[in-house]
Amino acid sequence: MDGKIKRKIRSSRSDRIFDIIIYALAIILILIVVYPLWFVFIASFSNPSDIAGGQVFFWPREWILDGYQELFKQSSIWTGYRNTLIYTALGTAFGLFINVTAGFALSRKELYGRKFLSVLYLIPMFISGGLIPTFLVVKQFGLVDNFWVMVVPFALSSYNIIVARTFFNNSLPEGLWEAAQIDGCGTIRYFLQFALPLSKAVLAVIGLWTAVGIWNSWFNALIYLNDETLQPLQLIMRRILILNASLLGTAGKAAVEMKNKSDMMRYGSIVISTLPVMCLYPFLQKYFNQGVMVGSIKE
Amino acid sequence: MKKKTISQQLKKSMPLYLLLLPSFLLLICFSYLPMSGLLMAFQDYRPALGLTGSKWVGLANFRQFFHSYQFKLTIRNTLVISLYGILVGFPLPILLALICNQMRAQRFKKVFQVITYLPHFISTMVMCGMILIFLSPSVGIISHMLGKLGIEMPNVLASASAFPSVYVWTDVWQNLGWDSIIYLAALSGIDPTYYEAATMDGASRLQKMFYIDLPLLLPTAMILLILRAGNILSIGFEKVFLLQNTMNMMGSEIISTYVYKLGLVNQQYSLSTAVGLFNTVVNVLVLLLVNQISKKLTDSSLI
Repeated sequence: MDGKIKRKIRSSRSDRIFDIIIYALAIILILIVVYPLWFVFIASFSNPSDIAGGQVFFWPREWILDGYQELFKQSSIWTGYRNTLIYTALGTAFGLFINVTAGFALSRKELYGRKFLSVLYLIPMFISGGLIPTFLVVKQFGLVDNFWVMVVPFALSSYNIIVARTFFNNSLPEGLWEAAQIDGCGTIRYFLQFALPLSKAVLAVIGLWTAVGIWNSWFNALIYLNDETLQPLQLIMRRILILNASLLGTAGKAAVEMKNKSDMMRYGSIVISTLPVMCLYPFLQKYFNQGVMVGSIKE
Repeated sequence: MKKKTISQQLKKSMPLYLLLLPSFLLLICFSYLPMSGLLMAFQDYRPALGLTGSKWVGLANFRQFFHSYQFKLTIRNTLVISLYGILVGFPLPILLALICNQMRAQRFKKVFQVITYLPHFISTMVMCGMILIFLSPSVGIISHMLGKLGIEMPNVLASASAFPSVYVWTDVWQNLGWDSIIYLAALSGIDPTYYEAATMDGASRLQKMFYIDLPLLLPTAMILLILRAGNILSIGFEKVFLLQNTMNMMGSEIISTYVYKLGLVNQQYSLSTAVGLFNTVVNVLVLLLVNQISKKLTDSSLI
């Protein structure tokens, strides 16, 4: 009896130490994640020479808006922002249409040739034509330097189709379809009036993932869009963030002024391009996380 | 009789085919049509002559790649970055999920999750911009911090040998939290009676973590490992491409950046496609192989 009580006390003390270690680790991790983001934020409001001189660590020496003023003078930033918004809106709508209709059709057991079609839709996940063959095809379709190249050709996503198909398979009761059929409801009406309204969660998941993907993408634009007025924000930012940076090594006294200016723009452009996603994410977290789950279910 | 049933089935499937039509057109035009372009890997492709007019050269393009100096370089760099990434990036999310699962303050746990997931949504472009800013040897914040401690910051961005570390550890920063989601889900599905039984036997929380949580995560971990292994020769092109410069080229030239340069910069269409095809074939083979091994060892398999 005595020994039992002793052991209980001892284990609860070791549990307390365990707790302390867990929370200490968690707080260290939070700091590691948050600090770089916080630094970019304060740096965007700081004097660039303070940053370069290592005077700013946790709080700006003075809050100034020069970086943002400089940034907003650049018309290419505005055009890029507008383009990104349009591409994201249209691309998300089109992507949802393409992948959800495909996912629904492939989920129906009465689809003749379902197995073959499913494999056909799955193969591109593993094998693709690669850079050049794809480029040549897109070119043949007249989509180089064409607005629609950012919306149409790469909207199909095998992964999203699987997510949608799995959801329709597992979440729509077969009885619903039978009942609808008895009442004379056709397949397409069933899809529009019953399946879609019952699938808001999966629509949100696929929609949000598509939207973030398009918002952050730039590679297709790099290959297919030479026309600057069509380029999305991320590609415009490449000049500010990456190409300028490589000039950093060649510091001369005359170059300092130029460099300060571009430094300010770098921090500011990170903030304006990332803030929308960062601010929306915590409220939509539920849906983003669900995407990971739904996709991982094997059929 | 049988013919009739097929036509009946087809008729019944008609509305579904209609729904499938838009995606099917995209699939054919932008997935399968480019795949037919893979044939140019076996040709001396001239854009003016097209796929049908260009001369067939057999495996000459592959031979040229295998004998080139870039063959060893790109394969080695790709493998180094990839294996390094698995070595570090595979166990850490499991550890994080185990830690997160032990937090009893629900509020704190929620905040912790939101914050650690956040960097996942930063675009590659911004991520690379941040890397260049933070690691700059002269004006970067890290060099200032080290300077306060009297340590001089090496120029890791211009170093070929440091490139894999820069790539992998920034990746960990960005995706550690996100990659743990799936393990957390698996942990939340564990039958609570296991813990009750362990408590009865006097197990500490650390012991429960080791003897209950960890073994039950293994099947999930195995599946994810197979998926990662299947991508062993395809690391993210975007990040490498953006961080690449002439000084770190020897450590940062990977297969996909080489394909890009051959194809779109040097216009060597056939050679570029051959290198890309080689990459794809190896990927598929590795995926199948790891899947087989895992099937034998653990009963968890993908296909």
